[in-house]
Amino acid sequence: MLDSSFYTKTDEILSKYPAQERSLIPIIHEIQETYNYVPIELLPYIAKHIGITETKAYSVASFYERFSFEPKGKFIIRVCDGTACHVRQSLPVLERLRSELGLSDKKHTTDDMLFTVETVSCLGACSLAPALMVNEHVHPAMTPDKATELLKELREEASKS
Amino acid sequence: MTVAKITGHDELNVLRQNYEDEIKSEPVRILVCAGTGCQASGSLKIWEKMSELAKNTEVQIEFAPEIAHGKNHPAVHKSGCLGFCEQGPLVRIEPLGVLYTKVQPEDCEEIFETTVKNKEIVHRLLYKNKITGEECFNQDEIPFYKGQTRVVLKTCGTIDPESIEEAISAGAYQALAKALFTMSQEDVIKTVLDSKLRGRGGGGFVAGKKWQQVAAQPEKTRYVVCNGDEGDPGAFMDCSIMEGDPHRMIEGMIIAAYAVGAQEGYIYVRAEYPLAVKRLTLAIKQATERGLLGENILGSGFNFKLNINRGAGAFVCGEGSALTASIEGKRGMPRVKPPRTVEQGLFEKPTVLNNVETYANVPQIILSGADWYRSIGTPDSPGTKTFALTGAVRNTGLVEVPFGITPREIIFNIGGGIRDDKKFKAVQIGGPSGGCLTEAQLDEPLDFDSVKKLGVIVGSGGLVVMDENTCMVEVARFFMDFTHRESCGKCVPCREGTLRMLEILERIVAGQGEMEDIDKLRTLADLIIHTALCGLGKSAPLPVVSTLNSFLDEYEAHIKDKKCPAHVCQKLKQYVIDPEKCKSCSKCARGCPVQAIHGQPKMPYEIDQTKCIKCGACISACPFKAIYVA
Amino acid sequence: MGIMKIDGYPVEFTDEPNILSVIRKAGIDLPTLCYHSELSIYGACRLCNVEDDKGRMFASCSERPRDGMSIKTSTPRLVRYRRMLIELMLASHYRDCTTCVKSGDCVLQNIAHRLGVNSVPWGYRERRYEKDFSSPSIVRDPDKCILCGDCVRVCEGIQGINAIDFAHRGTDAMVIPAFNKHIAETNCVNCGQCRVVCPTGAISINTNIRPVWEALADPNVKVFAQVAPAVRVAAGQGFGGVRGENVMGKIVAALHRLGFDEVYDTTFGADMTILEESKEFLEVFKKGGPFPLLTSCCPAWVKFCETRWPEFVPNISTSYSPIQMLGSIAREYYADPAHNQGKKVLSVGIMPCTAKKAEILREDLKRDGKQNIDYVLTTQEMITMIKRAGIRFDDLEGEAADMPFGMGSGGGVIFGNSGGVMEAALRSLCEGSDRAEIENLRNSGVRGPGPLREFIFKYKGNEIKAAVVSGLAEADALLRRIKNGESFYHFVEVMACRRGCIMGGGQPAHGGFRTKEARKHGLYESDINTQIKKSNENPTALAIYDTLIKGREHELLHSHRH
Ligand SMILES: Cc1cc2nc3c(=O)[nH]c(=O)nc-3n(C[C@H](O)[C@H](O)[C@H](O)COP(=O)(O)O)c2cc1C
Ligand code: SF4
Ligand code: SF4
Ligand code: SF4
Ligand code: SF4
Ligand code: SF4
Ligand code: SF4
Ligand code: SF4
Ligand code: SF4
Ligand code: FES
Ligand code: FES
Ligand code: FES
Repeated sequence: MLDSSFYTKTDEILSKYPAQERSLIPIIHEIQETYNYVPIELLPYIAKHIGITETKAYSVASFYERFSFEPKGKFIIRVCDGTACHVRQSLPVLERLRSELGLSDKKHTTDDMLFTVETVSCLGACSLAPALMVNEHVHPAMTPDKATELLKELREEASKS
Repeated sequence: MTVAKITGHDELNVLRQNYEDEIKSEPVRILVCAGTGCQASGSLKIWEKMSELAKNTEVQIEFAPEIAHGKNHPAVHKSGCLGFCEQGPLVRIEPLGVLYTKVQPEDCEEIFETTVKNKEIVHRLLYKNKITGEECFNQDEIPFYKGQTRVVLKTCGTIDPESIEEAISAGAYQALAKALFTMSQEDVIKTVLDSKLRGRGGGGFVAGKKWQQVAAQPEKTRYVVCNGDEGDPGAFMDCSIMEGDPHRMIEGMIIAAYAVGAQEGYIYVRAEYPLAVKRLTLAIKQATERGLLGENILGSGFNFKLNINRGAGAFVCGEGSALTASIEGKRGMPRVKPPRTVEQGLFEKPTVLNNVETYANVPQIILSGADWYRSIGTPDSPGTKTFALTGAVRNTGLVEVPFGITPREIIFNIGGGIRDDKKFKAVQIGGPSGGCLTEAQLDEPLDFDSVKKLGVIVGSGGLVVMDENTCMVEVARFFMDFTHRESCGKCVPCREGTLRMLEILERIVAGQGEMEDIDKLRTLADLIIHTALCGLGKSAPLPVVSTLNSFLDEYEAHIKDKKCPAHVCQKLKQYVIDPEKCKSCSKCARGCPVQAIHGQPKMPYEIDQTKCIKCGACISACPFKAIYVA
Repeated sequence: MGIMKIDGYPVEFTDEPNILSVIRKAGIDLPTLCYHSELSIYGACRLCNVEDDKGRMFASCSERPRDGMSIKTSTPRLVRYRRMLIELMLASHYRDCTTCVKSGDCVLQNIAHRLGVNSVPWGYRERRYEKDFSSPSIVRDPDKCILCGDCVRVCEGIQGINAIDFAHRGTDAMVIPAFNKHIAETNCVNCGQCRVVCPTGAISINTNIRPVWEALADPNVKVFAQVAPAVRVAAGQGFGGVRGENVMGKIVAALHRLGFDEVYDTTFGADMTILEESKEFLEVFKKGGPFPLLTSCCPAWVKFCETRWPEFVPNISTSYSPIQMLGSIAREYYADPAHNQGKKVLSVGIMPCTAKKAEILREDLKRDGKQNIDYVLTTQEMITMIKRAGIRFDDLEGEAADMPFGMGSGGGVIFGNSGGVMEAALRSLCEGSDRAEIENLRNSGVRGPGPLREFIFKYKGNEIKAAVVSGLAEADALLRRIKNGESFYHFVEVMACRRGCIMGGGQPAHGGFRTKEARKHGLYESDINTQIKKSNENPTALAIYDTLIKGREHELLHSHRH
């Protein structure tokens, strides 16, 4: 069960969109941005509000890669494995991040909920390949060592706040 | 602050003149590139620093965008992507026209002192020709820009994309005014038809024809949709246009809406492009405030509302019917055609769906005419195409070239050839739906129809250059992995077939392939190409087919000799101990996570290849550098 | 309109929506796994691919026929593609054909066989999901699902329910209820239409064969069955018989041989339903509302109304559905030691319907906490039992159903068709046995194509506005119009299954257009061959009011839903 603050927040988000099917994806985007994931309990609530079935809401939400029903870390690191980054050795960067954080292609989020590591295909910074994105910030020309450095910085940032 | 709506062409012209004058009156104009690439390289810090510096000098400079055009003051602006992101952060100083590359915050002071105040050059920040070593003073002298023809990207990088005033001063919405006040809807369609503008999203379908078909539908509720999903991994042309010159594309959409009688439009942007979303949102707001969007556009009586939708991480949503489904709030699964998008597209209404770059071409076509447009490029592929030139070339970045140029010119003239003087192997064009061009094909003209004959497609514009260090089998596996992951799962050949092709390719790169696998790949490819429901499936095997055709020897090397000629495939690497160098210290054996190394004192150690997981730990463990990769 | 060439032969087409229909019209049974004429076109299986004279390939289900077109349906290349597609599907399919419920009746298996798929060159992609036995009506086995989407489209498009849908994507895609809940925890109404369209064993009937069989073998249990109208025109299909033929006699004979002590005819119960429901209607009509009176015999519809339109629940007739009528009366009858001979009595309904399996469990239909019917077996399960016992159905001599509940009117028998309940009810309002009036009614619009039919019936100088609707999505739209005041009716018949129970969720599957029509005509023909046309003239039904009911209509014949 989610506490009522989730529903208050969701109501706030719902009020910004017309109660129609086409609002579903923008609403889930906002939910995801608010909580870093989509609490599954909210889907029936949203579905009812916009007049679709919960089955449909689940069907749609589960289709899109970006929506996650699992909570994600404070820092979502999206390592680009687009063509340009791939041919410029993005995988070693990914591997370094995973090994430093004890993650794998099955386990994406650290237990302390600090980091989530995912891959993405292209961030639009291909000339500076390999690139990765931390939340909404792009980091260019990565190397495994720079990745280690980055983790250190992020940890410091987290401990400050 | 409310701004007055512009209610006519004359008013727009007056405004343009005012803005132009203001910009001209700026004694110095500093443009700091704030595209995704340069921002990633830290350009926002430069911008801040420049602003900071300016404040502390005697010349009063105002930075708020609305009042940045204060007379007799130098101005600092953010600009859109100049295309040469690799050399970023880029800073351009007008009216000198000097372009500084790789600018760091520490350089700002010097730039300010030397160039802004004293009109002198900071030489170390100039781009140096990578071959001749010559300094390039401005953009035009840089070989990267020399072979380019900038139509779509004309103002991308010279104006502040967050300022509609700058866009208007550079001529934005002139074509819209021309269309609204001097052309009938039919005239607009005819001009676009005559220009032979072809869709830049990959298919190359004649844009005017789509518009004509939508205009001819009995249903009067119509939509104009812009495909900014740009899913091709390794391509960022549309991203740069949306970020760097959003008004040009929006103007193209409004013109399309006018031509086909649409009342509402949608821009579908990848969620991975937050900056593009932000700039587009701002641009729509500004255009609406000024009466260039919304009700009664420019006082003409024409109404058009524009919305932005964000993708959610599904490549297949670039496909037209999946894209409209996604806007409607559904799963992004392609549907069967007929009915086609022009008949029943978004919300089952007639819909014009074009790519970002396609729309961005429209204003100039309206202004300069179809004949002018056809004078660029080739007779059947007129105009220019933007490409994202990446991979193993010296100069990577966004380039715009006329159709008909050869890949060699792009790679070797604009791109400056292969990085580190390696040997060129192939260039991948068309992304996951495309294929590879080899050395022998580099002199063929690059246009929609010519490349099709070579078995590849122009695609949306990704050009990934590969050198001798690239394993083509691994590249094929990479693309297959991508399309398999991105398959929507609806139709059998794509859902199941790509899985099986991927399995085979994974086997081959792991050294477990068999010669029959080549046949299996070919038959599966044939099946999928001919039976898949949508373009994703139909084109998914193309990278494999193309590499099979041009690089069969590499496949065979993996299968027969269990070797990766490019030394890329992890699993085919062999870690070997050189018996001459080995001092039997046993350090490697202790570091090996799977106990693959055995040995006895005074005898060279050996690696059991069947156990080795190729982790590489032993290499760094050996104090005598006795271990190498074969 | 036009002519196209199919494999060299000219074929005329008129309003066929796609090339596939023209091909089928030309007598070629192109294999397909995702096409149903009444569902939206999906285009997933790609088996229907054909080739035009330029060698261009396209899916024939999703291409319009054009005059002058020339296509080939079985070139070596097409056959190779089809075979590969099946191989690919099978490779990701949990292939335990030998023990699979669907074996022998499975479209995937049949096509694989037809195309000569003798081996699968790809490794098995193991998935192994849990089977879902939560529903009394259907069983879900996602391991058998080939993602054709037929169930999703029928459940959402025709039934307006959307209890199941696609989730995830690519090779992870599956068809499941929201959040992978059990189907019983959803708004599923148990109609079984998903099972009818499912080409594989991914959705099957939750069978009750075993307990019934055990009871049949138990000498201390008296087992009786009642056979619903729609069963008789569909069962023959299970034995390769003529489509739509009424095989009630053989069914009775076969059930007797299986060991059922008595075999009754639910048509009798249908007459009881009409007797009660028409009384109810006249009362409402006289009182002037609340309108419309909604029929109660389809449990899937009742559940739908309860979950989606609770405000209309009071409008639903309280009269039992036919199976409950007969079940309840028979319970009274067998309460008498003279009839039960001191044995335990087991009441079995043989129904075209999966929802009846859920209906018998409803609290409001229990009396003294006990179900009126112990088990419901669907037509398909009955066929399975007959086959399992080795009874040669074709060779059986027909037998009459047992008395006292073996006789029904023509009105009772047409219950199985959409419009049948309404027609029977209004028929009972026709004065006397006036054939002409019955004839007029038949032509009033109560019969006919289309999921919604509206018509006016003249009753003693009054106009009764009536509507007949089948398919819950259509019913949903109708209720919305009624609620908004856009439509008004006095009496509405709703059946969840398109065309009514003849196309119920428990009937033999794979019924094309011709099968549907044949079943419908089969029932109307049975009506023609019945002496008594009106439910209120069924003498055995009328008789039990004095012998068994004795003024206890409310207790014995009505639901206590409200
Ligand atoms: C799988 C797939 C992905 C696509 N992705 C894109 C895309 O990212 N951007 C785009 O403009 N077109 C994309 N397309 C092409 C579009 O379907 C469509 O043809 C195009 O947007 C039409 O615009 P145009 O005629 O201006 O090119 C894609 C097509 C397929 C089949
Ligand atoms: S080809 Fe692939 S992406 Fe396209 S509909 Fe089929 S499964 Fe989906
Ligand atoms: S590469 Fe790794 S697994 Fe192989 S021998 Fe060296 S340490 Fe052991
Ligand atoms: S670490 Fe080097 S020198 Fe020592 S045993 Fe291993 S290979 Fe030989
Ligand atoms: S569903 Fe059909 S193909 Fe699959 S195991 Fe059962 S009978 Fe065999
Ligand atoms: S069909 Fe084949 S597999 Fe099945 S039971 Fe017969 S022999 Fe065995
Ligand atoms: S039984 Fe009916 S309601 Fe339930 S899932 Fe199947 S089609 Fe939908
Ligand atoms: S459950 Fe049956 S009908 Fe539904 S998608 Fe799977 S195979 Fe098709
Ligand atoms: S229409 Fe008939 S078969 Fe279908 S659910 Fe209703 S009662 Fe059952
Ligand atoms: S491929 Fe990595 S940013 Fe484009
Ligand atoms: S982002 Fe600055 S040049 Fe591309
Ligand atoms: S029937 Fe045409 S694709 Fe399945």
